[in-house]
Amino acid sequence: MKARHVATLSVAFGALMGLAAEAKTLRWSSPTDLTTLDPYAHTESFTTSMLHHVFDPLVRRGRNLELEPALAVSWKTVKPDTWRFELRKNVKFHNGNPFTADDVVASITRLLDPGARARGNIATVLKAEKVDDYTVDIVTNGPYPLLLNDLAGVYIMDKEWMEANGALKPGNIATGVTTAASTSAVGTGPFKVESYKPDAGTTFVVNPDWWDKPQHNLTRIEFKPVKSDATRVAALLSGELDLIAPAPLQDLQRIGSSSGFKVIEEPSLRLIMLTLSAKPELKAMPGQKNPMLDVKVRQAMWHAIDFETIKKRVMRDKSRNTGTLVAPPVPGYSKDNDQPLGYDQDKAKKLLAEAGYPNGFKTKLNCPNDRYINDEQTCVAIASMWTKVGIQTELQTESRATYFPRQDRGEFDVSMVGWATLPPMDGFSVLSSLLTAQKDGYGGSNSSGYTNPQIEELTRKAAVELDEEKRRSMLVEALKVARDTVAFIPIHQQPVAWAVRDGVDVPQFPDEYVRLWFANVK
Amino acid sequence: MHMLKVLLSRLGQAALVMLVVSAVSFLMFRFVGDPVATMSRENATVEEKAELRRSLGLDQPVVVQYGRFLARTLSGDLGISYRNQRPVTQLIAERLPATLELVIVATVLSLALGIPLGVLCALKPNGIAARLVQALSLVGISTPTFVTGIVLILVFAVSLGWLPSFGRGQVVDLGWWSTGFLTASGLKSLLLPGITLALYQLTLIMRLVRAEMIDVLSSDYIRFAKARGLPSRYIHFRLALRNALMPVITVTGLQIGSLIAFAIVTETVFQWPGMGLLFIQAVSFADIPVMAAYLLFVGLLFVLINTVVDILYAVVDPRLRARSA
Repeated sequence: MKARHVATLSVAFGALMGLAAEAKTLRWSSPTDLTTLDPYAHTESFTTSMLHHVFDPLVRRGRNLELEPALAVSWKTVKPDTWRFELRKNVKFHNGNPFTADDVVASITRLLDPGARARGNIATVLKAEKVDDYTVDIVTNGPYPLLLNDLAGVYIMDKEWMEANGALKPGNIATGVTTAASTSAVGTGPFKVESYKPDAGTTFVVNPDWWDKPQHNLTRIEFKPVKSDATRVAALLSGELDLIAPAPLQDLQRIGSSSGFKVIEEPSLRLIMLTLSAKPELKAMPGQKNPMLDVKVRQAMWHAIDFETIKKRVMRDKSRNTGTLVAPPVPGYSKDNDQPLGYDQDKAKKLLAEAGYPNGFKTKLNCPNDRYINDEQTCVAIASMWTKVGIQTELQTESRATYFPRQDRGEFDVSMVGWATLPPMDGFSVLSSLLTAQKDGYGGSNSSGYTNPQIEELTRKAAVELDEEKRRSMLVEALKVARDTVAFIPIHQQPVAWAVRDGVDVPQFPDEYVRLWFANVK
Repeated sequence: MHMLKVLLSRLGQAALVMLVVSAVSFLMFRFVGDPVATMSRENATVEEKAELRRSLGLDQPVVVQYGRFLARTLSGDLGISYRNQRPVTQLIAERLPATLELVIVATVLSLALGIPLGVLCALKPNGIAARLVQALSLVGISTPTFVTGIVLILVFAVSLGWLPSFGRGQVVDLGWWSTGFLTASGLKSLLLPGITLALYQLTLIMRLVRAEMIDVLSSDYIRFAKARGLPSRYIHFRLALRNALMPVITVTGLQIGSLIAFAIVTETVFQWPGMGLLFIQAVSFADIPVMAAYLLFVGLLFVLINTVVDILYAVVDPRLRARSA
């Protein structure tokens, strides 16, 4: 009843405002497009951020990336492995269907299907059970502290819609099944999809019946992907776009100096680092002992890199140098850990001599050339800096499509990795994927073979620790070990740089998500 | 009866070419990478990745993968895109109109400008206009497409603000075909990419017409026509140009295949939602089904055009008929 009053009121108010209420359209562009409208059929953070305009999760990230209630209003753990969620009432899907516990159960079940590409996003969830129409239990495989983080990326779909469209099960490439969910989306979110044309554009219109109070003033979003950097910048400057995200680093100055446009930027969560081989021998020196097994050599390699120069020359002063493997907003970060070893060529040479390599050694350095911001140039700089202290570095760069499979197979001596801890946005992801041995589901991206018994133990303890304070101190301690033993050489935190025309107010987030339900345009 | 034999042998050769195209493209995929890394989430486990690789059949030897691909393709199924999990045939059908409309515009532009300019250069080879056109054509033939595109965008979209810098503008759906020919913004959007794509073709046609015209103009029947005192307009355009145009038509036809292939760069610069853009994205994602289908499609197009041209030649010229049979 109450909701209806509000609705009537707002209709009356809208009629009163009449002429003043004009259409506010935001036209924006990014180099990538949505790969699909099916939230469970992809693992890309860009598509996830776009679909967040259409769908709501049970819990979401707020203005400061804190977890806050969305379709669930409250939750508690009833058993160490069972979480109970109270759902929001009077929420409607875009097609008018009411949102209930059945939708949550159907959505989680769909995501748990072996064919769902994003199934790994809730790897520890066993099932969802309806308690009553507005209460759901989610059962995990043992105690699991990061359930809310995971659920923030699980968008709730409408069960009736899925039934009517044969989409209760996700599409499956292996069996050749495709579903209507790939090209149409019905959620509860702040915007509805009006049209979806891959590579040409996706249009959203405001959902006037959204359950939350809008903090934006948009009536329409026109998203048009533009792959070419130069064209995207030109389209902004010619007035065809209101926002480009990201804006290419090499054009920031030009955009900033054009009247009517400005650049907005902040450090992103993505940290760029170098992995150092922990295998018995290097590819560059077959038959000899791997010098990098000695911590002194690893320290020397860290000391030999002049990060200030990389920041100034390669990153145009837009990056932030770092000494640890997670960004400041991420649980597990500590200021004490965030101390780079410092550029000191003499110390590097001394350490190499102490380790028994007064004349240095040979290594290969492999980097992608199309994945991270200025990745290739960064590696060119590092290779020459290492060569200066006697580490003869053979650099090879290649496209991401061939680079990552080779990295996965452990073909590199030293290679570049970027890590944003997404989607969980938690330091545990660095530990469990990069710093642990490839066993029991751990070490999924540990290509260097690095292991450390202390980190193994702390990671496994943190995995089941429900006391948040204790858990965070375990992460900090493990990351301290990683820094002290030079498990990786952290390089910098990438910047997020966007460009807007004057009159567009869009908040930026370090996870690089574009959240237009906070956008206001004049 | 004889014609049928020619036709059959031609079609047999075409099928063989397609088989080779598919095999070569399949071998190439081994070097463009493996989609598993791009398809997995950041913190995917080793088991997750192995399972994905297995379910895509990528753990099998290349010969087995190729065999499966051939069997599927022959049964008319081009598979499902790894990137967006939609049938590849549907993706290509969606993009085909954009690319074909762009190619049509580029072809019309290059003929409409290339022929008169070529005639001009042939009739007054030492005039200032002809020299200017000749010099410009060198620029046109040697400037890379992406540079031309960006310069056009900077001039006509950013500085002058006359034309859009990217996209197709408003399109109208006619059944499964989407066209930009029926709206003002659609037509405006076609101009810059159309010119960019046409430029190379235009210079080619201009130079061809010029060379042919000069050739024809010095032949006997033109000299006799002149001696008879026929008006020069009649000689140049009715007699000379007509004969000079025969090879131009052949080249234009054969070039349509290359225009579609060249469109990759133009489509990327102008974010033209055609097949070239689809292919570029498939490459960066290692989306093997889409890449394979695109290469097959372009291969098929080349084979079709060449086969048709060959058969037409055989129809027109009895001497060729004997040779090709």
